Amino acid sequence: MSVNDNGTLVKVDAATKYFKRGSEEIHVLEKLDMQVPEGEFLALMGPSGSGKSTLLNLIGGLDRPTSGSVTVAGERIDRLSRQKLAAWRARHVGLVFQFYNLLPVLTAERNVELPLLLTHLSRAERKKHVDAALDVVGLSHRKTHYPKTLSGGEQQRVGIARGIVSDPTLLLADEPTGDLDRKSGDEVLDLLKALNKDHNKTIIMVTHDPHAALRSTRTLYLNEGKLSTEPAE
Amino acid sequence: MFNWFSQIFALIQFNLRTIWQRKGSSAAALFGIAGVVAVLVGVLSIAQGFSAVMNASGKPDTALILRSGADTEMMSGLSRETTRIIADTEGIARSTEGALASAELFVIINLPKRSTGTDANVPLRGVEPMAFSVRSDVNIIQGRPFEWGRNEVIVGSGAVREFEGLELGGRIPVGKEEWTVVGIFEANGGISESEIWTDASVLQPAFRRGNSFQAVYVKIETPESFQDFKDRLTTDPRLNVKVIRQDDYYADQSTAITGLITGLGTLIAGLMGIGAVFGALNTMYSAVSSRTREIATLRALGFGNGPIVISVMVEALVLALIGGAIGAGLAYVAFDGFRAATMNWQSFSQVAFAFDVTPGLLVRGIFYAAIIGLVGGLFPAIRAARMPVAAALREG
Repeated sequence: MSVNDNGTLVKVDAATKYFKRGSEEIHVLEKLDMQVPEGEFLALMGPSGSGKSTLLNLIGGLDRPTSGSVTVAGERIDRLSRQKLAAWRARHVGLVFQFYNLLPVLTAERNVELPLLLTHLSRAERKKHVDAALDVVGLSHRKTHYPKTLSGGEQQRVGIARGIVSDPTLLLADEPTGDLDRKSGDEVLDLLKALNKDHNKTIIMVTHDPHAALRSTRTLYLNEGKLSTEPAE
Repeated sequence: MFNWFSQIFALIQFNLRTIWQRKGSSAAALFGIAGVVAVLVGVLSIAQGFSAVMNASGKPDTALILRSGADTEMMSGLSRETTRIIADTEGIARSTEGALASAELFVIINLPKRSTGTDANVPLRGVEPMAFSVRSDVNIIQGRPFEWGRNEVIVGSGAVREFEGLELGGRIPVGKEEWTVVGIFEANGGISESEIWTDASVLQPAFRRGNSFQAVYVKIETPESFQDFKDRLTTDPRLNVKVIRQDDYYADQSTAITGLITGLGTLIAGLMGIGAVFGALNTMYSAVSSRTREIATLRALGFGNGPIVISVMVEALVLALIGGAIGAGLAYVAFDGFRAATMNWQSFSQVAFAFDVTPGLLVRGIFYAAIIGLVGGLFPAIRAARMPVAAALREG
């Protein structure tokens, strides 16, 4: 992993993103700058449609900026081809989704194993990693269960185990508690906090929930395509 | 650097497990393909069965001599003198009773078809005693051989099945008289089984043929001596004949009709196949769109486009192969051994045969199903790989 001298892991530089809807151009991000140091647990807040998820997608290599650059661990990812970007994601990014996005036909452990299928690990090594990840999220006893037999909180913990199983450079969570009740949401947030604190995982979390943002080490607010450290009036 | 095969394997497993969740549309595509394969195999089994009869009819050591310029027995004519010269030619196999050569007459009579009740052309062949030695596979299975010099006939088993009045003891109209069926024979599935046989010397006056024949069938000493035998006859200044190996003669006769049936069958199956491709396309598009979010998740995790395309195509292929196997099985159960008769346009007479669903045809049907599956899976697969990941993740 290559980090800048000042410890910056993610650097977004003058990133602009607009979408075309018919003849109309919708500007989501406007010359946005952002830096995330290694080991930070950053919460990104803002109203719906403010571009939080778009920004997260740019950092995670799921989308490219219209202009500007995105550098992660010293690598300009906005210049990578689709194929290289997919390979880059597999190596560097763990993703946690609002609706868990588990594959319903696979058991918890097989879902967690998916990112490891993109590595050269042997079956035995994969199993070791999967067991370790499920242990971290406290679901070792549920590993042979299918998603539909797990509660929402458990499914999200499986999602987090899948996000960390390949030990990625960066963990990105898009509204990880958005579909959960308060208690389950708190458990998930505690888990993310522990991953940041105990395992030094750099986490960027998009959330609507100020209560969730309290667990982060820093909160940034996105409004009308601009970032600030204070919420909009 | 990427473990391509484990990606593909995992994706295929994932896709195949979801088939059951879409059993309705999967079954529609599957049975669509099964129908196409059943029709293709069914129609081609007709051509296969017909050409099997024709191929069983000829032997490489048996030759047929016609008048020069005649392509079939119907068009040929040979005098008694010519047939004697032929029978005396060196190179014909001999038994204690003489050269294995039979001068024959070939005429057509009308008999009602069992299936439709309408008249059809049935070949009536007048033979000489050596005919049974030349065609050693002719074998009386019921009754007895006809007596030489009497108005009696024996009938091939295929003809008995297809036409009325040919049972043992039945009487058939020949000229102004009625002749009696005294025996039924088999000929190893060959075309003779579609014929009625009698004594050439009683058939000649019944059809006012004087002392003429249409063909001489001979058994040559060895299959390899055919060319020498042929050269001897065609260079004989007393003769004006053509010499054909019996297997070539029948293979040639079957070419037109098998070509026609195969062409029609392929055309019909081709048109149905286009329909089945759309069925498969529809199924696979809905399979892909119902899994938009799952596919997007896999791609977000870093799964490559190649494995995703291949996995969707394998899913379509598996559906198609199951459909193809069902269709081929149906065709086998429904058509194999089904008996029918059709016109041999070269002799203007009916040939009885059985539909023949061969392993080769089954493989061909399943191969066709695989092509339908691959074409039907290709575009949905490309669509799955091209969906923008960020947008697709939010769907579902």
